[in-house]
Amino acid sequence: MRHIISILLENEPGALSRVVGLFSQRNYNIESLTVAPTEDHTLSRLTITTIGDDRKIEQITKHLNKLIDVVKLVDLTEGSHIERELMLIKVKATGAQRAEIKRTTDIFRGQIVDVTSTVYSIQLTGTSDKLDSFIAALGNAAVLEVARTGVTGISRGEKVLSL
Amino acid sequence: MELLSGGEMLIRALHDEGVELMFGYPGGAALHIYDAIFNQDKVDHILVRHEQAATHAADGYARATGKPGVVLVTSGPGATNAITGIATAFMDSIPMVVISGQVDSSLIGSDAFQETDMVGVSRPIVKHSFMVQKAEDIPAVVKKAFYIATTGRPGPVVIDVPKDVTDPARKFEYRYPESVKMRSYSVPAKGHTGQIKKAVEILLAAKRPVIYAGGGVIQGNGSELLTRLAQTLGFPITNTLMGLGAYPATDKQFLGMLGMHGTYEANMAMHFSDVVLGIGVRFDDRVTNAVNKFCPGAKILHVDIDPASISKTVAADVPIVGSVTSVLEEMLELIGSADARVDSKSLELWWQQIEGWRAKQCLKVKSAEGETIKPQQAVQSVYKATRGEAYVSSDVGQHQMFAAQYYHFDKPRRWINSGGLGTMGFGFPAAIGVQLAYPDAISVCITGEGSIQMCIQELATCLQYGLPIKIVCLNNQALGMVKQWQDMQYGGRHSHSTYSESLPDFIKLVEAYGHVGMRIEKLSELDSKMEEAFALKDKLVFIDVAVDQAEHVYPMAIKGGSMKDMWLSKTERT
Repeated sequence: MRHIISILLENEPGALSRVVGLFSQRNYNIESLTVAPTEDHTLSRLTITTIGDDRKIEQITKHLNKLIDVVKLVDLTEGSHIERELMLIKVKATGAQRAEIKRTTDIFRGQIVDVTSTVYSIQLTGTSDKLDSFIAALGNAAVLEVARTGVTGISRGEKVLSL
Repeated sequence: MELLSGGEMLIRALHDEGVELMFGYPGGAALHIYDAIFNQDKVDHILVRHEQAATHAADGYARATGKPGVVLVTSGPGATNAITGIATAFMDSIPMVVISGQVDSSLIGSDAFQETDMVGVSRPIVKHSFMVQKAEDIPAVVKKAFYIATTGRPGPVVIDVPKDVTDPARKFEYRYPESVKMRSYSVPAKGHTGQIKKAVEILLAAKRPVIYAGGGVIQGNGSELLTRLAQTLGFPITNTLMGLGAYPATDKQFLGMLGMHGTYEANMAMHFSDVVLGIGVRFDDRVTNAVNKFCPGAKILHVDIDPASISKTVAADVPIVGSVTSVLEEMLELIGSADARVDSKSLELWWQQIEGWRAKQCLKVKSAEGETIKPQQAVQSVYKATRGEAYVSSDVGQHQMFAAQYYHFDKPRRWINSGGLGTMGFGFPAAIGVQLAYPDAISVCITGEGSIQMCIQELATCLQYGLPIKIVCLNNQALGMVKQWQDMQYGGRHSHSTYSESLPDFIKLVEAYGHVGMRIEKLSELDSKMEEAFALKDKLVFIDVAVDQAEHVYPMAIKGGSMKDMWLSKTERT
């Protein structure tokens, strides 16, 4: 099963490499990884999506917790949560395709953020599934370049991940 | 307030931390630190002949004393040479602080002379690591390093120190912090009382219980409480390779070591048990054999300080995270005040069954023909000559298993071996650490002619510091354990496991280093010569024992089987 693990990490040199190293060292898988400082600049927030059965995820969270630089973590997929990913996608937009791409972008509530006579650059946010669907809807021929941020997320309701 | 340079602060901080002894080897990036050592007499430094030996010696010191081992090496090759020893300590959860010199901050990343990314290279094999950014941070970093290394599940911590940070020309105010607080590191203290209660209920209702205790009991100083628990309950108890000495080996409740080369009775008792109380163990693959066939009828109670150890390989029915001492104390209290008593009738039947397995005498040594010495007999001879009182370190291979099986450890911290990583070359430097910790004790290294050659340069260290270690080399002229596997699984094809034609004359070799060498070839002379060697109390004696070259270690687990599946000899299996 896919899990989204959010981590508060000491914002210190080498801290990220300990987290990433743990995954490769123990043969765990990272599907996506996002990281940036939080409002408290001594802390970074990492969001990792990974795949594994309950036992593997339990080991992953236990080993992450053992890392000295990991202050706190939560498996967002354990409760209801909001997840988002941002994608910038550059597509060929010529001829009849041009109008069709615009329509598809509107349907997906994306925005065209850069335009040339032959190319659209589109920004789209949503769940990873939605981004996948958008790419599928465009058809492979049109896509020139894709840049995705990976998943970030928070729990719904009162639940917070903070110190 | 006193003004000190970074190098001076480092050494002063070690002293303030209670460090009396460190092991190391100087080099360019560490020279400011070495100069700071020269100018004081509070922290002793032992000069080894290879950085790997510095880490093993510090490790041996830590295992024997329970205090953290401290290592100082230079950058680049000094640091990378220390890696094997750090990994060894990591796998066995040994508290250690390794200080490595680093090139100047301004040169980091430029492929400077003797530059290695030590924090990066060591990352998967340390509990934590620090790169000192500025000299003022040194006291706090040292304090944190020792706190992390010694608390919770102990382990090695690396402090990488760029040379400019230790510059003698730049002085700073020094104050050693009294305490340390880290928001991201907390030590599990007491186990969950509800869980402990549940475990006690299961223990008291058990019909075929076994206590399975490991290195965590020794690291956590829980041997006395464990012994009390086992004796209060009257349960059979087995120790892992790392746990030998956690329970007195000569006591009648002790079943011997379990696992791949464990006794028949220990492995059978595990397999047929209905309750396994695992304490300070990690259900290692060398214990469990095939995990899916492990103890099919048993409820698993697992006590460990590291939550990640629990249900890692074998799912625990009752997991308890806590220090062994706190959990054992609470268990003893609960047992004392419980209305229930152990099921003594079932227990009696269980002991009868175990006595039946014991009657097999799986470790009985059959003498070879004529004067040939069996390796097991050599270990028995060491046991007799040392009255069972020695600190025994070992290397890795057949001799290690024979030592574990035939030297009966009645006390914790007497058996010093690399169980997790299985590092050949560990034993001799570890014996150096032990001897320095306890100058009046007998420090023996039981080794083989293969392993000893991996750190033999330390004979010079022993001469320099006058260390009267006894090295007992079970010389079978081959890499015995490799050869055994090749005999059993590779049709006897001894691929690169023999070298009899090129072995050194160990007697001449140790004499060249200024020590005493002795060779034992005849069974009839074994005990008398061994006594003679151990009588040379203030000399390092290398005792080269010619042993039966065809001998295998038994019992031996049958790969892919359960714990009850063992070879008991070359021809007999369960």
